Amino acid sequence: MATGTTFAHRHILGMEQLSREDIAHILATADSFKEISNRSIKKVPTLRGHTIINLFFEPSTRTRLSFEVAAKRMSADTFNISPSTSSTTKGETLADTARNISAMHPDIIIIRHSCSGAPLLLSRYVEAAVINAGDGAHEHPSQGLLDLMTVKERRSTLSGLKIALIGDIAHSRVAHSDIVGFTRMGSEVFVFGPSTLIPKGIDQLGATVCSSLEEAVRDADVVMTLRIQRERQNDPLLPSLREYSRHFGISRQVLSLAKPDALVMHPGPVNRGVELPPEVADGPQSVILEQVTNGVAVRMALLYLVMGNS
Amino acid sequence: MNTTWRIKNGRIIDPANHIDQIADLLVIDGRIAGPEQSLPPEVPEIDAAGLWVVPGLTDMHVHLREPGEEYKEDILSGARAAAAGGFTGVACMPNTKPVNDCATVTAMIMARAAEAAVRVYPVGAISLGSEGKQLAEFGEMRAAGAVAVTDDGRPVRDSQLMRRALEYASDFGLPVISHSEEASLSTGVMNEGPVSTRLGLKGIPTAAEAIMVYREIALAEFTGARVHIAHVSTAMAIDLLRAAKARGVRVTAETAPHYFTLTDEAVLGYDTNTKMNPPLRSAVDREAIKTALLDGTLDAIATDHAPHSILEKEVEFDTAANGIIGLETALPLTLALVRDQVIDAARLVELLAVKPAAILGLPAGTLSSGAAADITLIDPEREFVYTADQVVSKSRNTPFLGWTLRGRAVLTLVGGAIRHNLLA
Repeated sequence: MATGTTFAHRHILGMEQLSREDIAHILATADSFKEISNRSIKKVPTLRGHTIINLFFEPSTRTRLSFEVAAKRMSADTFNISPSTSSTTKGETLADTARNISAMHPDIIIIRHSCSGAPLLLSRYVEAAVINAGDGAHEHPSQGLLDLMTVKERRSTLSGLKIALIGDIAHSRVAHSDIVGFTRMGSEVFVFGPSTLIPKGIDQLGATVCSSLEEAVRDADVVMTLRIQRERQNDPLLPSLREYSRHFGISRQVLSLAKPDALVMHPGPVNRGVELPPEVADGPQSVILEQVTNGVAVRMALLYLVMGNS
Repeated sequence: MNTTWRIKNGRIIDPANHIDQIADLLVIDGRIAGPEQSLPPEVPEIDAAGLWVVPGLTDMHVHLREPGEEYKEDILSGARAAAAGGFTGVACMPNTKPVNDCATVTAMIMARAAEAAVRVYPVGAISLGSEGKQLAEFGEMRAAGAVAVTDDGRPVRDSQLMRRALEYASDFGLPVISHSEEASLSTGVMNEGPVSTRLGLKGIPTAAEAIMVYREIALAEFTGARVHIAHVSTAMAIDLLRAAKARGVRVTAETAPHYFTLTDEAVLGYDTNTKMNPPLRSAVDREAIKTALLDGTLDAIATDHAPHSILEKEVEFDTAANGIIGLETALPLTLALVRDQVIDAARLVELLAVKPAAILGLPAGTLSSGAAADITLIDPEREFVYTADQVVSKSRNTPFLGWTLRGRAVLTLVGGAIRHNLLA
């Protein structure tokens, strides 16, 4: 188990707030927790008596389950609430919800919200540690960390790698956290997608914007694809998914431009045949399920570290 | 209330009369007296040594929230905030509840205004309910006291309606004020650029403003009518305005202090008091606005004073209401431009007093003898920390709380009567 005591963050709001040392510390801690999930009795008493609330304003299956599994393997008591957006528009603000939850003295609140910045807002009203489980198009730090962990396991380093991020960069909080995380650890991130999905100024986060799929993927160590939506709130982003898959999807042929042992990753859920054809998504280079496994370990580490600091 | 004064030894800055000199200014019975007029023997004196004596400032763009949202502001509280900021007149936007789209609402505002600390000039709606469908009765509203028309906050989408509004308003001498934003591009919550990407907030492109500013210029040019562009925030719009003015189009424009003071970097941290519409823009836009204030492309500074309570602001950034209060900070923030040598003192007075009054056709903005004694005394060096407890407005939604500001109005006279006084 990691023994470092230098973790100085009360909340995990984004990768942007984490230093290189913080990230290394989290990954080392996650690594030490990973074997717990392989035991026959998958439970340690570390967080016994701690109350963890999953406050999910946006539907989520994977992330919520992953946090819940992580919390239960640490023996914490977990509670799930999914306030519907309609009830909050009927009068209860996030601040009200936060104050009410805080009055029950939870130790950790894990929040997912469709509004960027909502976890920061929540953190101002509660005593508990706040972990961002995805806010709008802003950040998804635990996903970014599990991506880092997965690459580090396979490549044994996070420096000097070429990471290709392909697809919807504009609406992806995962892309944001990955760009910040990988560049902070010393790798280079190259992004490509239709221009409608490349946000203004993404280069200022540290990414290099490519002008072709080939340029992005060539000699890459990692090819990470991001989930595509054709239209968002009447904003016509793409004419069709069919056309997307032809011009922007990672076919086996495109993948062959990357390093022979390049990793294929996706934060899920995959639109099969759109971002990735099945033979690539399920192919030998795919580490998509390792990402899911590591997600539990990373989230155990985050729960442990924010509690160690309270 | 006394309305006769000798204001002694102030620096009188009266650009309309090309005056900038240290002298006394006489006020008799609420009017500015000429040198030939003899004063009564016992005249109260105001020592203005070290102070600027300028025509009362006019804020041509405020939201007073009455009728309908008096918990945010009302006509009387807004007028008190105006007086505290050195303004002697304000033009209030029609997006109240109900909308000021008929003479009845205009008359109600005028009736309340009679008791207000400063002069209140209602601005009527362009369309009924500001719904962008049917023209409101400009003539009736003008007769009741309206000084301009606008659908501020709900930009007119229909170009034919805007054309007809410009033509018809010209029959009544009413300026049309355009909140210039192309709605289909303006679905975001802050300026679109590196900062919106970093924050994961949906952006509003500068093109959204520029497209609509060009439409208004084209319509004004074609019809020969005049148009006024509200709260210009972008370099693109400035370029369009400069070219239009050069070829004689009857277009005027204002900006707000936050657009020449802050950039979208202020949004980092998701402070909802940095959310307004149009949004804070980039440093390039901010520099273009400063240049335009100097060269005359921008005619006026108006605050877009938009009070909101914590109910609208203590929420997620996406759902927070747009707007900040501005009446009490406009003068200090504009004085900073003078200290930074972006503009000189006379230009400040033009931007805050002379031009707003001229655009709205108000009998204000000069210290000519015989004019109503609407006068602001400014201490350009007086420093203060702007804290929540000293906000005069009912609302406190401003990103400038906690700022140390330099220069402020120390005396505001409306018709010679004292409406604000920080002189000991």
